[in-house]
Amino acid sequence: MTTFEQRTAAAKIIQDALPHAIERVYEFRGDVTLVVKPAYIVEVCRFCRDSAELQFDMFSGVSGVDYYPDSPRFALVYHLYSLRNNVSIELKAFVEDDDEPSIDSVTEVYPAANWFEREILDMFGVTINNHPDPRRILTPADWEGHPLRKDYPLGYETVQFSFNFDEVNKHKPYAKE
Amino acid sequence: MTRLDESQWEGDLETLRGLVSERAFTGETMVLNMGPQHPSTHGVLRVILELEGEQIVNCIPDVGYLHTGIEKTMESKKYEQALVLTDRKDYLNNLGNNLTYCLAIEKLCDLDVPPRAQYMRVILAELSRIQSHLVWLGTHALDLGAMSVMLYCFRERERILDMFEMLSGQRMMTSYIRPGGLWRDIVPEFEPALRDFLNYFPAKVDDYERILTENPLWIDRTQGIGFISAEDAIRYGCSGPVLRGSGVNWDIRKAIPYSSYDHFEFDVPLGQHGDVYDRYMVRIQEMRQSVRIIQQAIDNLPGGPFRSQNRKYVPPPRSELGHSMEAVIHHFKLWTEGFRPPKGEVYVRTESPRGELGCYLVSDGGPKPWRVHFRTPSFVHLSAMPVMTRGYLIADVVGIIGSIDITLGDCDR
Amino acid sequence: MGVTQKLGNMGVVTMRLEDAVNWARTRAMWPLLFGLACCAIEMMSTQASNYDMSRFGMELNRPSPRQSDLMIVAGRLSRKMAPVLRQLYDQMPDPKWVLAMGDCASCAGVFNNYAIVQGVDEIVPVDVYVAGCPPRPEQLIHGVLTLHQRVMQEQLTKWV
Repeated sequence: MTTFEQRTAAAKIIQDALPHAIERVYEFRGDVTLVVKPAYIVEVCRFCRDSAELQFDMFSGVSGVDYYPDSPRFALVYHLYSLRNNVSIELKAFVEDDDEPSIDSVTEVYPAANWFEREILDMFGVTINNHPDPRRILTPADWEGHPLRKDYPLGYETVQFSFNFDEVNKHKPYAKE
Repeated sequence: MTRLDESQWEGDLETLRGLVSERAFTGETMVLNMGPQHPSTHGVLRVILELEGEQIVNCIPDVGYLHTGIEKTMESKKYEQALVLTDRKDYLNNLGNNLTYCLAIEKLCDLDVPPRAQYMRVILAELSRIQSHLVWLGTHALDLGAMSVMLYCFRERERILDMFEMLSGQRMMTSYIRPGGLWRDIVPEFEPALRDFLNYFPAKVDDYERILTENPLWIDRTQGIGFISAEDAIRYGCSGPVLRGSGVNWDIRKAIPYSSYDHFEFDVPLGQHGDVYDRYMVRIQEMRQSVRIIQQAIDNLPGGPFRSQNRKYVPPPRSELGHSMEAVIHHFKLWTEGFRPPKGEVYVRTESPRGELGCYLVSDGGPKPWRVHFRTPSFVHLSAMPVMTRGYLIADVVGIIGSIDITLGDCDR
Repeated sequence: MGVTQKLGNMGVVTMRLEDAVNWARTRAMWPLLFGLACCAIEMMSTQASNYDMSRFGMELNRPSPRQSDLMIVAGRLSRKMAPVLRQLYDQMPDPKWVLAMGDCASCAGVFNNYAIVQGVDEIVPVDVYVAGCPPRPEQLIHGVLTLHQRVMQEQLTKWV
């Protein structure tokens, strides 16, 4: 069986077992993604890990995506891998509320997700329910805003060329002592 | 002298409530800060240790001191401009990062890579692995007291950096691997220098083993320390030498071969005990296997183009611009706007010297990436560090951090 | 500058006090171990055997700021790390010098964004900037020698 066939077979097993939780399945360049309803994400992950046929025991990571100005805005993509069967699959969960986004934590199923979810909390502002340690991880603890959102500015400063050298110099906060 | 106001990292014990045990608040255990500036933390890592005497009750790593916003900066640059930033992410494995990002772009655009470029990419990725393991060995041994090993390792590393400089003009931040292949063809001086290195290097690995492997001081400081079981390693998402040191046979170069790794014969070293010593042995053996792969690759290096000929994504050579109008138009389009991959998302995994390096790339059809997320091994291994550290002595923390082989640029991006 | 007079065969030379003090300061300047990112690896390469830094007296990298006089800020400084840098600089006793190694320390280099301090001179006063991403070991050594030249020109303003 080729890798792609294995992935579609795995997706079918999940879809058959939990039809209420899966919205749709799509594939792109050989990668199979299941779009999961966010309320059922923990259930789907638990099934993927514990099912005897699937055995998706390696949690590779969870990435957050911000589709601003589309709605639903935030999506979390979970990358799972099975060591025994050498199959990888992606689960995508669109977070429902755009203004106060929140989703359940999968840390009880996959402890590896702990820091990844903290990063999403920090960078996107998606509240992770039942997370054992919901603190900011990459930015300082008193940082305001969520940097990877599309409406957060990059924060660059004007590049200092020779024609605007003095103007930029006036505003640069040099340390005096 | 200026007095600092209450910056967050100077906070009191209340901020750690829930992370350290209750005994810290009564004073039964001591909370010690192994600060961001420390000779043995391999970069700016802060570790908060809860100690009972010398024994570690809990260990909380605090990262983010090198957060560079690389992912957000990449969203504002064209795909090929953003490639330059990937070098700086894991700065001990520059070509490996380039490779992962380029593989993601090629998967997204369905771009072919000629076999010559694929074999060269394998050679460069393995040289990068050897170079990273040399820095690991030098710093790890230096932390545990074997200072001369560091000087030996950096001497070997200079030869590899000379080879990178021959190819791309830069020692470290080469940006040599581009979408579609390589930046330019290999120069004639490269092959003799590489063969010379392959003849000279295995004897040096034997030298390092002679100093360390059966040294009773080294064995005392590394055997039985920093144990992680295979089940725990899988649960916490570990990969690379950390996972293989515990006996789980998973190497992405064998399991999900990329860039024609399946054409080469090599072994995957495994440990048994999951401690610091086994991870050390795994990496030493990996260096030898890398030499084997490079030897096979350079002996069978195919001829042909070094970059894809698909002009929608790859710029034409300068010689063509003189007589072909299409070449000029492609060149203009690529330089002003950049190429536009189709809309979609991909996830690509490669085996970096630290573990599984993944790149999740989302494209909206425009010339700039919509979202690039790097799943970095150091980030995951640091989250598994408390499991490896509990119950050991404070002098072992240094050895454990060294054996996980973290790079803070990789962790914080 | 230099030796002003040699008094016969008595084995005594005379020179200005400033020159003597500056000469002593340059010949054994101990750097603080402050590598942040990629430039730290090039700094380690410079300290290693191929481009030895100990021939300039900089063999000992002191981990403690109280025992060092030169801070080589090697690498990109993030906003979270900035207070740490300032505290370390404040802990160093006079005379102290700062060398901003690399583009990220001098002007934030490639990273013109929210997370990186745009030049270490926003936090500490810098004496020498070394360009490069990362600077070659020879460039770093050139920066160190430039710093030595600057120190040789210094005036003794207070008795330390």
